[in-house]
Amino acid sequence: MIFKSILAGAVGLAAGLQFTAPAISQETVKVGLIATLTGPQAASGRQKVAGARLYMQLNGNMVAGKKIELIIKDDTGVADVTRRHAQELIVNDKVAAIAGFSLTPLALAVAPVITQAKMPAIIMTAGTSVITERSPFFVRVSFTLPQQSVPIAEWVAKNGAKTAVSLVSDYGPGIDAQNAFKMRFEEKGGKVLEQLKAPLANPEFSPFLQRAKDLKPDALFLFVPAPTAGALMKQVIDRGLTEANIKVIGTGDITDDDQLNGIGDSVLGLVTSHFYSAAHDSALNKKFVAEFKKANPGMRPNFIGVGGWDGMHAFYEALKKTNGDTDGTKLVDAMKGATWESPRGMMTIDPQTRDVIQDVYIRKVEKRDGELYNIEFDVVKQVKDPMHK
Amino acid sequence: MLTILFDGVAYGMLLFVLAVGLCITLGLMNFINLAHGAFAMAGGYLTVVMMNRLGISFYWCLPAAFVFSAVIGVVLERVLYRRLYDKTHLDQVLFSIGLIFMAMATVDYAMGASPQIVNLPPSLSGRVEILGAQVGIYRLFVIVICGLLTIGLQFVIAKTRFGSRLRASVDDGRVARGLGVNVTGIFALTFAVGSGLAGLGGALGAPILSMDPSFPLKYMIFFLIVISIGGTTTITGPFFASILLGVADVGGKYFVPEIGGFIIYTIMVAVLIFRPQGLFTRSAAR
Repeated sequence: MIFKSILAGAVGLAAGLQFTAPAISQETVKVGLIATLTGPQAASGRQKVAGARLYMQLNGNMVAGKKIELIIKDDTGVADVTRRHAQELIVNDKVAAIAGFSLTPLALAVAPVITQAKMPAIIMTAGTSVITERSPFFVRVSFTLPQQSVPIAEWVAKNGAKTAVSLVSDYGPGIDAQNAFKMRFEEKGGKVLEQLKAPLANPEFSPFLQRAKDLKPDALFLFVPAPTAGALMKQVIDRGLTEANIKVIGTGDITDDDQLNGIGDSVLGLVTSHFYSAAHDSALNKKFVAEFKKANPGMRPNFIGVGGWDGMHAFYEALKKTNGDTDGTKLVDAMKGATWESPRGMMTIDPQTRDVIQDVYIRKVEKRDGELYNIEFDVVKQVKDPMHK
Repeated sequence: MLTILFDGVAYGMLLFVLAVGLCITLGLMNFINLAHGAFAMAGGYLTVVMMNRLGISFYWCLPAAFVFSAVIGVVLERVLYRRLYDKTHLDQVLFSIGLIFMAMATVDYAMGASPQIVNLPPSLSGRVEILGAQVGIYRLFVIVICGLLTIGLQFVIAKTRFGSRLRASVDDGRVARGLGVNVTGIFALTFAVGSGLAGLGGALGAPILSMDPSFPLKYMIFFLIVISIGGTTTITGPFFASILLGVADVGGKYFVPEIGGFIIYTIMVAVLIFRPQGLFTRSAAR
């Protein structure tokens, strides 16, 4: 009796082994993508998910013999929810990495969680410098606001502006942008007359713009998160700042590819600095834009979409390097120093800061084939974030 | 300086048109309809669709937005709201908040989440000089329309037969019904007009405020501030409250940009402490 059951157990074990063996070679590696898919930032979440999915669609889902599975969570733009999703992804879904983070507070909220869990977290959008210093497991493939603001400060100083006013949304990235702009603009001999901050949830910019206009600067530097940009730019034009001989400039957020056509012809000629334009002239970008439009009718990729793409690329390459080992520390180490060609151009993950180093372009809004695009006409090569020590 | 005052008045007027429908339902019908912003959003999105997709003139969008929101208002009133007139305020709040979320999800599904931008016709963009101040033509247009509306509304409620029937129905529905007033019909019509005004406000606001699916929640707070300061017993109360808020908000942000965003909330807190019944209410009794 006993013998029989032992025999049965052994047979069962052998059978089990037989069945688990192919399962091991088919092991899946899960990546949690925490995007903001509802609420005011929903447009950014859709871009990001579309970019990440497109990467997987074009590059397959097998890496180092493992099947990659993307788990998408909606954090509605609320930090608590981001943190909860991160915890659930780590504990329940056993993901190998998390990615996403449309706003700075959302990324900061998961910093303690990923540090404790030794979980790589790829920042696909959020742009405040300090994020990557908050956990050694953050890797950024998007951009930082200072990195984007410094080149335009140099450009406008070079083009004859002596005085400037900055107007930004009053939150982390906005503060970063205005400080970086002021720093570089004053280094170049200019003077920032005033740094205006509008509440983040503020649709009525008229008093701030009027104040900027009355200060009569040579240039007005603008930064607001992309979804708010359309409303701001309309008010800028309505208030006649350009006619008052004020050069309106900003980071590329204000001429976001996703919204540019909706803002209309009045922004023609507007100069901004940014790392990505859908009109970037490279074979890879042309393919990216065409495939993106095919997979998502009615959408045009913007910098958030390309962030989703590069986030997946960073993970794929790291997993190849570790030969399928999903240990968090090893994955982060594999991402450090990685260099690749993105639709935006060449980019590198700084091995010291885990932050992105990339070209920043100076672009002008022009019409191509009946659509508005940011056409790049100057470039600052391989810009590092100036705020990291 | 004058430009700031002017911008403030225009912003206030816009707030007023957006909020006045809520004053009507809340003050006259004693119904808390937090989903009011959803009707404004309906008007705003209709404008977006008509202008950007169908290429119809902005001037036609305004009456169309009014009618569109009013029709939605009537349908919802007949089907849903009517059942909640005699429920507690908490039920009404929960119900209308639920409606907001449904409206947001619907718009998100149908139109996408990105903000929609309306491009004004050339005749309404640009600026003119008035008394030495640079004044946006569109803002002037908003002020004129809203001014006319206010006068019209005040006249209808205070001076016409419909107005007195409405006031009678609100004060004592049973007696009014006994005297042959069609209370149900009057409420339905009033609700429709309130919703229609919200729709018109949404259409007027679309070029300035930009439309996205979170509009009803984003502006709910402003409507509620207007009503808590202005009281709900008159049309003039919310009107002056809106102007006060608009001017204080714009002026505050211009002169003290550091704390500008807090000014309207400070005013609200101060008013609620010293005159909890609202600044412009005749008496605390309803």
